[in-house]
Parts: sequence; structure tokens; C-alpha cells
Amino acid sequence: MSSPVDGAAPEPGVRGGSGGSGGGSGAPGRGVIHDIGYRHYDGPRLGERYVQRSLFAESLKGAYGLGRSMRSKVMPMLILALICLPALVMVIITSVTGGSELPVTYASYPFRMQIIVAIYLAAQAPALVSRDLRFRVVPLYFARPLGRAKYVQAKLAAMTVALFVLMAVPLTILFVGALLVKISVTDALPDYLKGLAVAAAYAVVLAMVGVLIAALTPRRGLGVAAVITVLLVLSGVQATVLGIANEFGEETLAGYSGLMSPATLVDGLASRILDIDSTLGAEPPGTLGLAVFALVTVVLVAGCYAALLARYRRVPVS
Amino acid sequence: MISAEHLTKRFGAVTAVEDLTVEIEPGIVGLVGSNGAGKSTLLKVMLGLLKATSGEAKVLDLDVVTDAMAIRERVGYMPEHDCLPADVSATEFVVHMGRMSGLPTTAARERSADTLRHVGLYEERYRPMGGYSTGMKQRVKLAQALVHDPDLVLLDEPTNGLDPVGRDEMLELIRRIGTEFGISVLVTSHLLGELERVCDTVVVIDGGRLLRHSSTADMTRSTGVLVVEVDGDPGPLGQLLGRGGVEVHPDGRLLEVPLDGRDEERVLDLIRDGTVELDLGLVRLERARHHMAEMFTGPAAPAGGPDEQPG
Repeated sequence: MSSPVDGAAPEPGVRGGSGGSGGGSGAPGRGVIHDIGYRHYDGPRLGERYVQRSLFAESLKGAYGLGRSMRSKVMPMLILALICLPALVMVIITSVTGGSELPVTYASYPFRMQIIVAIYLAAQAPALVSRDLRFRVVPLYFARPLGRAKYVQAKLAAMTVALFVLMAVPLTILFVGALLVKISVTDALPDYLKGLAVAAAYAVVLAMVGVLIAALTPRRGLGVAAVITVLLVLSGVQATVLGIANEFGEETLAGYSGLMSPATLVDGLASRILDIDSTLGAEPPGTLGLAVFALVTVVLVAGCYAALLARYRRVPVS
Repeated sequence: MISAEHLTKRFGAVTAVEDLTVEIEPGIVGLVGSNGAGKSTLLKVMLGLLKATSGEAKVLDLDVVTDAMAIRERVGYMPEHDCLPADVSATEFVVHMGRMSGLPTTAARERSADTLRHVGLYEERYRPMGGYSTGMKQRVKLAQALVHDPDLVLLDEPTNGLDPVGRDEMLELIRRIGTEFGISVLVTSHLLGELERVCDTVVVIDGGRLLRHSSTADMTRSTGVLVVEVDGDPGPLGQLLGRGGVEVHPDGRLLEVPLDGRDEERVLDLIRDGTVELDLGLVRLERARHHMAEMFTGPAAPAGGPDEQPG
């Protein structure tokens, strides 16, 4: 490689004088660096939970393209801007017209923006999990002190938090805007918190579905297409069934149609639990309806998690 | 450092490792075998990535099944395949992998800067890895295996895909890891020749079985053959050497001269003087590279010998 001895001649003693680093002999440039030699590490080695937290943090940053190339930042940042734009416009209109309340409820905002949320999930779930499969980083993780279930948990948590942030930012814009147009905190805060609760529940359900679909293929494009297709088809079918049921006055059917898509599932559940209006129009009928919605949500989340564990138990390590 | 007892790993009908019993001492150890001989499988069993079908294995005196997590904390692994995401820089990636080995963030940053420098990656380390050459990628793969200062690194075919210069540099790095860094190395390759140059010990496996386990010095002595190639008829040179009491085997346009280490100097001098005397150009004068086949049928093969190999 480099030859420290030859290079030392022209400026003797220049570096030797500073004498700070390692066994620096007085050779310039790379020579000095090499002279430091290999240093062993005898500091702490933190355990599996720290490793899992590190993976979570890295994945969450990656979900917004932070620490990645410019190209990886474009899509998530664009979507974040897009989902905030309506909230910003609403705040501005409310303040200009001097209105005393916002044109939308907080809890309805995530569902009104469900297409944008779905696009984000479709874009970033594959970036989160297919990427590790495609570039075969997974074997590196499993060769480190990190169990496979811990990997799955970290990825799911990262996707959930990323989705929550996506929805919480515009809600916060609405909330701050509401305070600026002199809507009292006591009026605004409970609704804002309800909105955050809805966003959190929606984020959990979507993350489960999205990560599971994305984890089935190492190919990013396929993952993107699969996630968006599943979400759009489900919501399309649900809307159709809801429309027909309403046409024929079948209220029970209309209510249960909410089970057919993640958005209406969470929307229906939230409308009953938080006692607010359903945004997408499928409210679970009666106590039985509420129980069924709750059960389906739990089964969906647990089922996706179990399927993901099974998937990663079989992921090839070569 | 590493021990296996009656270790067997089957994938369905294919047996990758068969009844392998071996005890490997610390140092730089080469694991040689043709493609599909079970080298990668063996490494993965050592890391607990694959479960052995039967038998036992220990790494750093820890059981690969019950103490996998403890092993992984102290062992670095460089896989054979690509494993680098294209959209992050080497620095970002190695820092992340340092944290993934349990290093606190500051330590991970310091160590990854150190490690990348040691493997010879400088300004390039801030660019996304998608644009790296094979040589640079191999260096990053090596860096991520070293970032947490392991006691042992498992390197799976680190010279794969490298040009001759890259190969030499990688082998030199491996030698430094074993000597300067004081980290034990288990390195696999299908080329015995290159491992001989850096390893203290070489383990040869084929079809998942142990064929041979000996120090490199033993191996080179028993099979050292000098190959001589001249730009003319080698016959006269052969006769000249024969008259000088040197054993010569003509092999087409080549002369093969077995060396037993005793009067190597004299043989080399004879060849030099002979070519000058006969006015021949010396095209090649080198130690013959071992062929794996030659190794497999060698006299040191244990009872049973090489079977027909699966996969």
C-alpha cells in the first residue's frame, strides 16, 4: 500500500511534534493513519434489545429516506407534503373566512386521505422489508445477536410509527391551526387526541397488512403493486357493497361491509368506541357488530404477525 | 477455537456435511473444497443460521445451538453473496452494522471509520454502495464483519470475483487480520493455492467429509513442484538438468521439477544457467498450483477416501 518511510523525508519532525495520535512516526498522509495500527474494542456490548432498537431506528429513518440516497427521500417526502397540503389549506381558509370551526374532524382526516396513506404504505413497506431480502442483508442480521422474531417486531414497529407520523403531522397542523384561529384548547384538544388515537389504530392495522405483503417478495416493484392493489381492491369492493346495501335499505349489511377493508374496519371500530361519526359510512350494528369488528381487527393483526414470523423462519440464509 | 463432532447437515436428499469431526486451532485457517463441498453450510451451522441434522459443534467453546447469541456477539461473518444495499453509503452501512452487533452509537462510528480505513476504503466510503466495484464491495463486506472487533471472523470466499491484484490485496488483508489484528480467521476458498499463502492450517473437505487437515508447511513440502516453461524445445534443458542430477518430468512443452526443499537453490541455479547456456528464453518458472483433484486423491486422504460427490 503506501510507503511511510519514503514520504517522511521532506518534512522531518513536522508531525512528530504534535505527537497526539498513537504511534505516529512522522510520515505524512496515509502513512500516519496506518501507523495507528489496529485498536481493539473493549467497551460495552449491548444486548439483543439494544440491537433491536437500533434496527427499529434505522428502519424508521429509512421509511422517510433519511440516511439514504436522494432518490429514496423523494417519494416519502413528497407524500408527506401531499397529505399535509389539505390540512394547511383548511387552516388558511378557516382563518381567512373567520370561521369558528375546522371543515373536517380530526378523526376523519386519516380516512379522507386513505389513498395517500395507501400510496405511502405501498411505496415504503417494500423499501423496509423487500430491500433486505433483495440485497440479501437479512443473513447479515441473523448472523448477529438478533433473533428472527425480534427482526419482524422491529420492522413492524418502524412501519407503524412511520405511518402514524404520516397521519399525525397533518393532524397537528390542523390542531395548531385551530388554536391560531382562536378555537379554544378545551374544544380542540379532545378531538385532536381522538384523531391521534384513530391514526395510531389505523397505522397498526395497515402496517401489519403492508409489511406482510411486502415480505412475500424480494422485488420492490412487485411489492409496491401488490400492496396498492390489495388496498384499493378491498376498499373498492367495500364501497360497492356499501352502496348496494344502502340502495336496498339493508342497514345491517351496510354496517358489516366495513369488515371488508382495513380503512372501514378501523373507521367503524373508532366510530363506536370513540362515539364519533363514521367517516366512511359503515358503522358496526349493535353490540354484536362492535364485538365482531373488534374480533376481526384482533384476528387480522395477530394473523399477519404469525404469518410474518412463519415467513421469516423460512427465509433463506444463503 | 472451532470443533465439530460427527456433524451432519442434510437438505432433504442432499447431504451437505457428513459426519464431520474436526478440531480447529486459533490462527488463520483455510477451509478448502470444490463448489458444493459444504464449506458455506459449515460456516452457517457455526453461526447458528442453520441447524445441524445431527452431531455437535462448538465455536469459541460455546455450543452453536444453545449459545448462538453469545457466539454471534464475538464472531464476524462475511457471506459469499452480495449483501450490501445499493442506496446507502459504506459509512452509514458499517455504522449501522456496528450497532447491530451491540456497539453504542459513538463506538460504532469510531470503529467503522477505523475499520473502513483498515480494509482500504477512503473517500469512496461516503458514496452509495450501488456504484461500487466488486473489489470495493468485498472490502465493505469484510469491514462489516470486523466492525465489532470479533474474536473470530468467518470469511466465505472473500476472493471471489476479484482480479489478481484484488486477490492479492484481499489475501494480504486476511494475513494482517490474523497477525496484526490478532483476530482468528476461518476463510473458505475453492483454490488451495491462494489459501496456502496466508493460512497457518488448511482443512480440506469434499462432499461434506473431511479429507485432510494439516499445517500449510506440510502441504507445500509434500506437493511442491516447479514448473519450467521455455520459448523453445524444452528437451535439451531437461537432459542438461538430468545430467546435473535433478529429477525432471517432461510434460508437453513444460518441464516439471519436483522440489523436496533440500537443494532448491542449486536446482534454481541450474535452471537459470541452463537456459542461458542453451540460449532459451525463460517464460515461466513457478511452483505448480495444486489442483483440487490432485489433493483429493493424495496419499494423506483418510480411510474411505473421496466418494462420488453429491451436488
